[in-house]
Amino acid sequence: MSNKTKVTSIVIAGLGGQGVLKASDIVAEVAFRAGLDVKKSEVHGMSQRGGSVASDVRFGEKVLSPMVPPGEADYLVVLSSDQVEPNRWQLREGGTLIAPEVVPEGSLRDKRSLNVALLGCLSMSLPFTESAWQEAIRQNLAEKLHITNLQAFAAGRAATNRA
Amino acid sequence: MSGPDRLLLSGDEAVALAARDGGVTLGTGYPGTPSTEILETFSKLGGRAQWSPNEKVAMEVAIGVAFTNARALVTMKHVGLNVAADPLFTATHTGVAGALVVVSADDPGMASSQNEQDNRRYAVAAVAPMLEPADSQEAYDFTRLALQVSERWGLPVLLRLTTRVCHSKAVVRPAGASTPVHEPATYVRDIKARVMIPAYARPAHRRLREKLARIAEWNEAEGPNQEVDGDRSLGIITSGISFMHVREAAPEAAVLKLGMTYPLPIEAVRRFVGSVARCVVIEEGDPYLVEAIRAAGLKVEGKPEMYRFGELNVGRVQRILAGDVSPEPVPPPGKAPQLCQGCPHRSVFGALHNLDCIVASDIGCYTLAVLPPFEAADTCVCMGASIGVGLGLRHVLPPEQARRVVSTLGDSTFIHSGITGLVEMVYNPPKTGHLVIILDNGTTAMTGLQEHPATGRTLDHQPTGKVIIEDLVRSLGIANVHVTDPTTNPAAFQELVAQSLASEKLTVIIARRNCLLAAGRIKSYEQAAARAEIPENCVEQQD
Repeated sequence: MSNKTKVTSIVIAGLGGQGVLKASDIVAEVAFRAGLDVKKSEVHGMSQRGGSVASDVRFGEKVLSPMVPPGEADYLVVLSSDQVEPNRWQLREGGTLIAPEVVPEGSLRDKRSLNVALLGCLSMSLPFTESAWQEAIRQNLAEKLHITNLQAFAAGRAATNRA
Repeated sequence: MSGPDRLLLSGDEAVALAARDGGVTLGTGYPGTPSTEILETFSKLGGRAQWSPNEKVAMEVAIGVAFTNARALVTMKHVGLNVAADPLFTATHTGVAGALVVVSADDPGMASSQNEQDNRRYAVAAVAPMLEPADSQEAYDFTRLALQVSERWGLPVLLRLTTRVCHSKAVVRPAGASTPVHEPATYVRDIKARVMIPAYARPAHRRLREKLARIAEWNEAEGPNQEVDGDRSLGIITSGISFMHVREAAPEAAVLKLGMTYPLPIEAVRRFVGSVARCVVIEEGDPYLVEAIRAAGLKVEGKPEMYRFGELNVGRVQRILAGDVSPEPVPPPGKAPQLCQGCPHRSVFGALHNLDCIVASDIGCYTLAVLPPFEAADTCVCMGASIGVGLGLRHVLPPEQARRVVSTLGDSTFIHSGITGLVEMVYNPPKTGHLVIILDNGTTAMTGLQEHPATGRTLDHQPTGKVIIEDLVRSLGIANVHVTDPTTNPAAFQELVAQSLASEKLTVIIARRNCLLAAGRIKSYEQAAARAEIPENCVEQQD
C-alpha cells in the first residue's frame, strides 16, 4: 500500500446549491497547479436539487481510485450542520472534521461564500501557498465574486488560526 | 486550464477534447446524465454539435454523417441507447465509410437514472466493437482510438463510459490534433452496402462477422490492453473504472486490464489465466467479462451476486477478493432532493395531489413530485411512457377510477418521445377521455438546462426553428388544448384540471412557466436574439 501513504483524501459534503462542487474544483485546481496527480469525483444530476451532495478530491504522487475509500478521508469538510452526521463515517480515525461552525457568524460578507471560507480553514493543513489558493479561487469563480470570496477565504484562515 | 500539455479534465471533457483533436465533423446526441457535458464541451471547444429530439434521431443523423467520409460522434446515457438501438443494430450491418463513435454513458448505482442496465451487452448484441476507458486520460485516448478503429474497419464503435469516468476529473496529456478530414465530405454510392433489403443484408451480416474476427486479431496483437506485473499468486482481470479500485485494493496482484472488451482478446486472457494461481474477474455491473471468459473454458472466479448492484469502490473490491458476503455497512441516509422552492411544477402537482389523481408521470425533475408533500406520481417508466401508460390504465380501470388518470411529462420529454403517445391517444381514445399535462418550463432542466426543439434555440443557444407545442398538439385533432401558467392562480389551475377530467374528452394542458433556474438565462438569450434582429430590420427599412 505504498501509494496510500502519499495520497491525501478529502471529502467535501453539503446540500445542493451550497457550492460543494465548486469548492472541490478549487481544491483540485490547487493540487493540479502544484504539479501533483489529482482526481476528483462526484455524482451530478438529481441529487443537486437541494439534496445531499458530496465530492471527493484526492491528490499525491499517483492517485488510483477517484473515490475516497469508505472511512479513509483525511479531511471531511461539511457545509451544512445537518450533513455532519450523515458523512462522519467517511472520516478515518484521527482525520480532521471541518464543520461550518468553525467560521464565526457575521465574519462573511456573503453567506454564500461559506464554501470558500471552509477552504480557508482546510488550507491551513495542506501544503500549498496562500497565493496558490487565491489563484485557484480566481480561476474558478466569476470576476465579480473574487473580492467576496477572497475575503471569505481569509476569514476561514483567520478562524483556524484562532482555534 | 493551465497549458495545453497537461490538463485537469472530467472524462466527458476529455472525450470532447479528443473529438475536437480527432477531427469529428459533427457531434449529435440527447442530454442525459452522465453524458451531457460531452457535446456541450465539444461545442465550446469549437466543434459542431447539436441536440436532437431524441437518441434515435441523433444516431440516425450520425449514421448519415458517417455514410460519407466524415467523422461522427453520438452521445447518450445508457437508457438512450435503448431508444437508439434500432438504427445502431443495422448500422453495424451497413458499416460506415467515415467514422462513427457511439458514446454510451452507463450509470451503475443509478445516481440519476431509472434503471441499472449494463450496456456492454449491447456491444455483443449489435456487434459493435467496444472500448472501456478507466479515467480521463483513457477517455481521451480511447476516443481517438475509437475514431481510428471505426474508420479502419468501417464499423460503428461503442465507447462505453460509466458515471465515475464521466464525472471524475483527472490529469490528461492530450496527443494533439490529427489530420483533419477533407471538407466538404464526399459520398460514394454503395447500394449493396447501404440498402438493407434482405438480399443485401444477408451478405452484410457475414461481412460484419468477418470484420469482427479481424478486429479480434488486432485486439490480441496490439489492442489497448495492459498487463500489470505482480505476485502471480493472485491475478485480476478487469476493465474500466474497476481497474483503479483494483490497483488500490490489491497493489501486489498481477492485473490484466482490458481496454477493448468486445471482441475480447481471449487468447491474451487465456495466457494470463494460465500464468496465475488464482484468477478473479472484477467488473462493475453485470457478469459480462466473467461469463465470456468462462464460456471460453477458462477457470476464473467472479464476484458474489451482491456486488452486481451499485458501483464498486476500493472497499468493495477488497471484500470481493476476500470472498466476504456479510451484509455491507449502510451509510446514513442523506437529505433527499426536492423540487426547488418556487418551481412551477409545484402548482401542478399540488393540484393533482388535491384532486387525488392517478398520475402516470415521466422522466424529469418533476419525478420528484413522488416525494412528500405531493406524492403525486404513480408511475415512471421511461422517456414519454406517461402517455401510453396513462392510456393503458384508462382502458381497463373502472370508469370512476379511469376518470382520475392523468399523464404528466415535461416539454423536452414530450418532444423526445411523447408525440407518438399523443397520436396513440387520438387513434385509440379511452371511453373516459384522457388528460395529458405538458409541463413546459422552457428547458431540459434535470440534465442541466439544455435547449431542445421547442425552445427554438440550438445547443449553443442561438435562434433556430421552433416547434410550437400547442400547434403540434392541435394539428393532431385534439380540440381541447389549454395553455396556461399554473403559478398565476393555482386554484384556477386546479379547477381547469378538475373540469378537464370531468369532461371525459381528450385534453392537453400545457402548463407553461420557465424553470426558475433557467429563467434568467432564457431572458438573456431572448434579448441577445432581439438585439441581433434589429440591425437586419433597419437595413430592410432603409431599402
